[in-house]
Order: sequence, then structure tokens, then C-alpha cells
Amino acid sequence: MSHLHALPGYLTFGGLRPAPSADGTVVSGTAATATPRASSGPEPGHAVEVTRLYVRRGGQTVLREVSLQIPRGSVTGLLGPSGCGKSTLIRSIMGVQRISGGSVTVLGRPAGSPDLRPRVGYVTQAPALYDDLTVDENLGYFARLLGTPADRVDEVLETVDLDHARWRLARNLSGGQRARVSLATALLGEPELLVLDEPTVGLDPVLRRRLWGTFEELAARGTTLLVSSHVMDEAARCDELLLMREGTLLATETPQRLRARTGEQDLEEAFLRLALHAERPARTATGVAS
Amino acid sequence: MSARATAATAGRVVRQLRHDHRTLALLLVVPCVLLTLIRFVFEDGSTFDRIGGPLLGIFPLLSMFLVTSIAMLRERTTGTLERLLTMPVGRLDILLGYAAAFAAFAVVQVALVGGLSFGLLGLDVEGPRWAMLLLAVANAVLGMALGLFVSAFARTEFQAVQFLPAFLLPQFLLCGLLTARDAMAPVLEAVSWALPMTWAYDALDRVSRGADGVAGPALVVVGGTVLALGAGAATLRRTTA
Repeated sequence: MSHLHALPGYLTFGGLRPAPSADGTVVSGTAATATPRASSGPEPGHAVEVTRLYVRRGGQTVLREVSLQIPRGSVTGLLGPSGCGKSTLIRSIMGVQRISGGSVTVLGRPAGSPDLRPRVGYVTQAPALYDDLTVDENLGYFARLLGTPADRVDEVLETVDLDHARWRLARNLSGGQRARVSLATALLGEPELLVLDEPTVGLDPVLRRRLWGTFEELAARGTTLLVSSHVMDEAARCDELLLMREGTLLATETPQRLRARTGEQDLEEAFLRLALHAERPARTATGVAS
Repeated sequence: MSARATAATAGRVVRQLRHDHRTLALLLVVPCVLLTLIRFVFEDGSTFDRIGGPLLGIFPLLSMFLVTSIAMLRERTTGTLERLLTMPVGRLDILLGYAAAFAAFAVVQVALVGGLSFGLLGLDVEGPRWAMLLLAVANAVLGMALGLFVSAFARTEFQAVQFLPAFLLPQFLLCGLLTARDAMAPVLEAVSWALPMTWAYDALDRVSRGADGVAGPALVVVGGTVLALGAGAATLRRTTA
């Protein structure tokens, strides 16, 4: 991946964040990380555009005026505590969530459009598998639905390191193995956009690191990834961070800029600082760092 | 609609059941056991000749209803349905896949229970046996379609199993097997016209007695199946709250 090569791409996507005035020192670092990894021309425009999205469920507002844009060919982390609306936002992007207001555009089409289905891969929070089928049968079924060649099953099993479990029933797998089968399923169709709802929960650190490596490789080949997590140490590996709390988007930042804005090196601390700031009644300041 | 997705789904449902030996055994053996019981509950044999034929078709309906309503409920609660609905798969592909798979099981089930009834148990029907068996398969498919549809109204398996007594037992009481329908309270007789099992029983009973007019009620059974599948497809919503 060449930053120089991809720099014009960054300029295209750069409208994502309001330009900072104070922290000019980190701009170059920011540019480097925020550069979409794909060097061979992703289509122009954003992979995902959410505008003033509202979701109400059972009289409660689950998402409040969420607006965001996700550049193509990047890894975007969706972070926030459990119950903050991450899954609801993800479901809205997948077009399976009934929304109350606003708009969600995915790859230039309204979310949930039939022609998006072959182009988007989705991993639900709970692994969506058939317990009474083997790993091979699970993947074989989804591969046939997608019309992908049979050897894709070999490839995705290798990617998630589950070759050895191929003939076991999904029911007999550990939680982490089930999560990996679910992830493998989403990789089958080589989608342009991969939406992963907490794909690394319950995985050991070695495997987690490997999967994040896989995400980065996919992004380098032009795939856009949206990965939700409540583990802050995963945030550092993202190009972009969406920080959520209580149904609102606190910030859209690169890890570097988040550190710069908050003056915290640790991303967890940085998130806390943003969250505390958001709780203050008078939201006058535009920057967070004092 | 895509034949590929339908065939893939049918194959997947068959594989699921193949791994679940106990469910498969229950599905195939229970109607046989029940018909054997009926045969010897009525020692004389003539009662069995009267009700054995209709029951040959009604037991598969009950067991298919139960199995498919739970199978579809699981598909909803485990998240696999949500995943399927975000993939390039038609809702009808999913349901037709289910229908094809369970229809195949129904053929095996009916072959077993029919072979047993006409062979060992000495069931005697006036009409053609093939018509009896064909109707039994049609009934099993009707049971399956109803099961797929009602699964939408259950949130848990506890609720789903109770749809059998709640939804099918009244139909069993009113279908005419226990009492002739014209001997029921007029309100119940009127209600019975609207129940799918009434028509299923009517067709089976006519073949059993060697009476005419089987085609009418048989068509209602097939029409009811199509209707239930369509209603089932409507309950597979792509967006939920």
C-alpha cells in the first residue's frame, strides 16, 4: 500500500470530518491512517452514508439523530458500551431494522435494496448457524445460495483457521469457533461491504490479532469493513472510529485524532473523556481537549 | 424466485434432519404406532376400516405441523433467518425449500404408515389405495404449510408446541371424524366449513367409503396449502422493530 499513491483518495474522502483548527501537528499522521487502503480505484463516494437516523422501539429512542459516513476501502470501528445502540445501527445499515426517521444509503443505494444483497456481507452478533449441521454443511449451504464456487469454502475456512473443525457439528463447537464459522459465512461471497457485529467476542488474543490482520488485508483489496466492538484495544487498528453512547454518535475520528483531541494516549481514556464531555449540560465547545 | 436457492434450502433441511436421528425416527415411527394402537383399540376391525383411512392422512398432518413449526421458529430465533433475508434469497425460495424437503419426508412417512396399515393391520378401503396415499402426502404438506405459517406467532418453543392443541385439536374435533358434522351444533358445523382439516378429512373419508366427489375437497386441501405458504411468506419480514 502506498500512501502517496492513495493520497488523492484521501482528499476525496477527507470531507468526512470537520477540519480541525488547533491540532495541526497531527494532520499528517491522520492523513496517513485515514487513507483508504485500496490503491486501485475504489468507486467514488462513501460506502455508507447515514443521515439523521432515528430509531424508536417500544416508546424509547434507541438511535437519536445519527449521521455518519464510511469511506470505501477502510476499516471503521463502531465502538461503545454494551446497549448503546451499536447493533441497532448495524441492523439499520443492513436494512433489517425498521427506522423512524432519516436515511441510510449503502453503496449508493437505499439500505436493504434487493440489489445490495449480493454485495454486502453481514455477521450478526450471535453466530447465525445451523447447530445440527456440520461446519462444512453450513458453509456449503450459504455458498450455494450465493452461487460461489465450492473452493471458496476451503479458502474462508483457512482464513478463520477452522480447517480442522470442518466436519464437526456446529452445536459441538466452542463459542469462539462458532463466531468464526459465522464470520467465514460472511466472507464467502467476497462482498464489497462487510458489516461485522462484534466478531471477535470470546476469541483468544492470538486469533483476534490474526482476524484484524485479515480485516486489514480485505480493506487493502478494496473491501469496506464496519466492525463493532466494545473492546477499546481493537480501536487502534481501525482507520476510522465511530464512538457511540446512549444512542448518539459522540465522535467520528481516526485513532490519532482522537488521541490528539482529547490529549489521552490511551483510547479508552480518550473515549471516557468524550463521554464525560457529552454529559455536560452546556455543549458549547466544539473541541474536547481543554 | 430461484430454483438454485430453493434446492439448496431443501437440501439443507434434509441434512439437518438427517443429523437428528431421534426426530427423524419419531417423525416416521409415531404415525405407525398410533395407527397400530387404533387398530387394536377397536378389536372388531370394522371401526378401523371406517376411521383408519382418514387417520392415515391426519396423523402425518399433525406430526409435520409440529416439526415444521418448531423448525421455522428456530430459524427465526437463532438469527439464521435474519442472515438469509440479507442474502440474495427470496422469501418464497426459503419456504418452498422447506416444503420440498418436508414433502420428501412425508412421502417416506406415508409409505411406511400406508404399508403397515394396508399390510399388517389389514386396513380395508373401498376406494383406490393410491388415492389414499396421495391424499395422505397432500395432508402432510398441508400440515407443514400451516406449521410454517403459525411459527410466526410463537416467540418460544413452549408457545409453538401449544399451537398443536390450540390450533389443530379443535379442527380434529370438528372435522367430522368423531361425529358427523351435521349432528353438531349448527354454529360448529358452520365453523367447520372454514377449517382446513374438515376438507382433508372429507376427501380421505370419501376415498375410504368409495364415494364420489373427492376432487373438490382435495382441491381445497391443495389450495389451503398454497394459501398457508403465501401467508407464511408474508410473515417473513425483512425489516423488524
